[in-house]
Amino acid sequence: MEYEAVIGMEVHVELDTRSKVFCACSTDFHAEPNTNVCPICLGMPGTLPMLNREVVNKSVAVGLALNCTIARWSKMDRKNYFYPDLPKNYQISQYDLPLCHGGYLDIETEGGTRRIGITRAHMEEDPARNVHGMMGGGSGVDFNRSGVPLLEIVTEPDFRSAQQVYDYLAELKQILLYLGASDCNMEEGSLRAEANISVRPKGSERLGTKTEVKNVASFTQTMRAVEYEIKRQIRVLSEGGTIVQETRGWDAEKGISFSQRKKESAHDYRYFPEPDLAPVVVDEAWERRVRDALPELPAARRKRFREAHGLSAYDARVITATRGMADYFEAVVRVGADPKKAANWMMGDLQALCTETRVEVDACAVCPEDLAAMIGLIENGTISGKIAKEVLAAMFETGKHPKEIVEEKGLVQISDSSELEGIVQQVLDANPNQVEQFRSGKDQVKGYLMGQVMKASRGKANPKLASQILEKALRA
Amino acid sequence: MSRITEKDVDYVAGLARLRLDEEARARLVREMDAILGYMDKLNELNTEGVEPMMHALEMTNVFRDDVVGESMPRDLALETAPQHDGAYFIVPPIMDPEES
Repeated sequence: MEYEAVIGMEVHVELDTRSKVFCACSTDFHAEPNTNVCPICLGMPGTLPMLNREVVNKSVAVGLALNCTIARWSKMDRKNYFYPDLPKNYQISQYDLPLCHGGYLDIETEGGTRRIGITRAHMEEDPARNVHGMMGGGSGVDFNRSGVPLLEIVTEPDFRSAQQVYDYLAELKQILLYLGASDCNMEEGSLRAEANISVRPKGSERLGTKTEVKNVASFTQTMRAVEYEIKRQIRVLSEGGTIVQETRGWDAEKGISFSQRKKESAHDYRYFPEPDLAPVVVDEAWERRVRDALPELPAARRKRFREAHGLSAYDARVITATRGMADYFEAVVRVGADPKKAANWMMGDLQALCTETRVEVDACAVCPEDLAAMIGLIENGTISGKIAKEVLAAMFETGKHPKEIVEEKGLVQISDSSELEGIVQQVLDANPNQVEQFRSGKDQVKGYLMGQVMKASRGKANPKLASQILEKALRA
Repeated sequence: MSRITEKDVDYVAGLARLRLDEEARARLVREMDAILGYMDKLNELNTEGVEPMMHALEMTNVFRDDVVGESMPRDLALETAPQHDGAYFIVPPIMDPEES
């Protein structure tokens, strides 16, 4: 029997605010354990939480970017459960009236564009962080994370493959970064993805029993875990077994998922309205303010870069990878550089220099105007493309204008015919055998001689002109 | 006849991590049933055209600005904990995967 997978995603995003969601403690991830804490985020009785306005602003921005309806009236609720990371014995979250609902995200994936339904996105607080294996075999609890604002983004079960899941996560992350809503640092747990996976006979409308895979460290691992879980479920069903509803962990080293916790019955969280927090009303004016402040989103930017600047789909994707990179590209093009050349230099030599020194393109010493000026120097024949690589490296190191570097280092291209003729003659005199070979019909020797001309000129010979002069001299 | 059974009371007590003796259990069967009775009473009212009440507070949009204030000294935070190591609160080993 042929099966198809049905997958829904839940993503928890830590919103990038300075202070926590309900108190003024810092959200700094790197602080010493339990130093960013106060009676509110420690869950002391009698404290009064107050909602951080910026959490609503960022959540609305994400909701709008995911084409959601923003609730005019929404409220916080208490989700009750017992766990050491939750001293109040409830998490402040949103239940029946989430801030954002009913959206979608179009992703570029295998077989073209696929629309993923966004069920809802709601605000909540992060619990504390548990550290295992402390003294006496106990667990440690660090409340620095307690009360860090989270947005939980839930999709419809619209994925049919692990690749689609990966492409969704990548697109979502890019949007969150463009919005400045989260730093999306996976190692620091700023973005945590959980997959709900089931399989069913192809053509069937009924959903199979699902399992949940969580605590996976990266998108690639999430994709592998989903792939594994689909295969496992199909194997179990083909062998006549049944799927148990459960939470499964992922062992990245062994490449297998394993049962973590059976879910015999649905959790009974006994949600009820949080009486300590006033409802949130986002009126049309507020929504419009957030909408007007949205940056151009990645998909729109990719499209525009293809259409307005003639970039290939691949180049457009690379150049828009970060907002900073895309802004940089536009700044280079704005001062007149050819878009394709600008993209090539950015993705090639400049990116390599940046990767080597671990700096972002938009933060490196080469400003967009200078890169454009360098491309201009190639186009007007002052330097060759080869010399430009050397010039760019020097620009990257010193932050100087390309003209200054060309003058300082004497890198101006030799376009003077008589000077080039002299160099060519020198090379021919030094390589009589190769000249002989060429004249007896071995055309490819010309490439070698051309290399010698470039070498003799220390790379400064105007390649086009030098080639013509060499050709002429050889045919003489 | 009571609509609340001892089983219901035990279920709710379990969710709240409460251990009940026989007497308390019997009393809670009566009390919880009485609460349902009160709900029945409310249900007799005609609420047509009355807007549902979603929240006890009538005020909305009480916010704080995103500004970092002072946290409390760690010693003070840890002081009342049954167990700590000077940096972390120490609790019995947690086996379950994390909730969030």
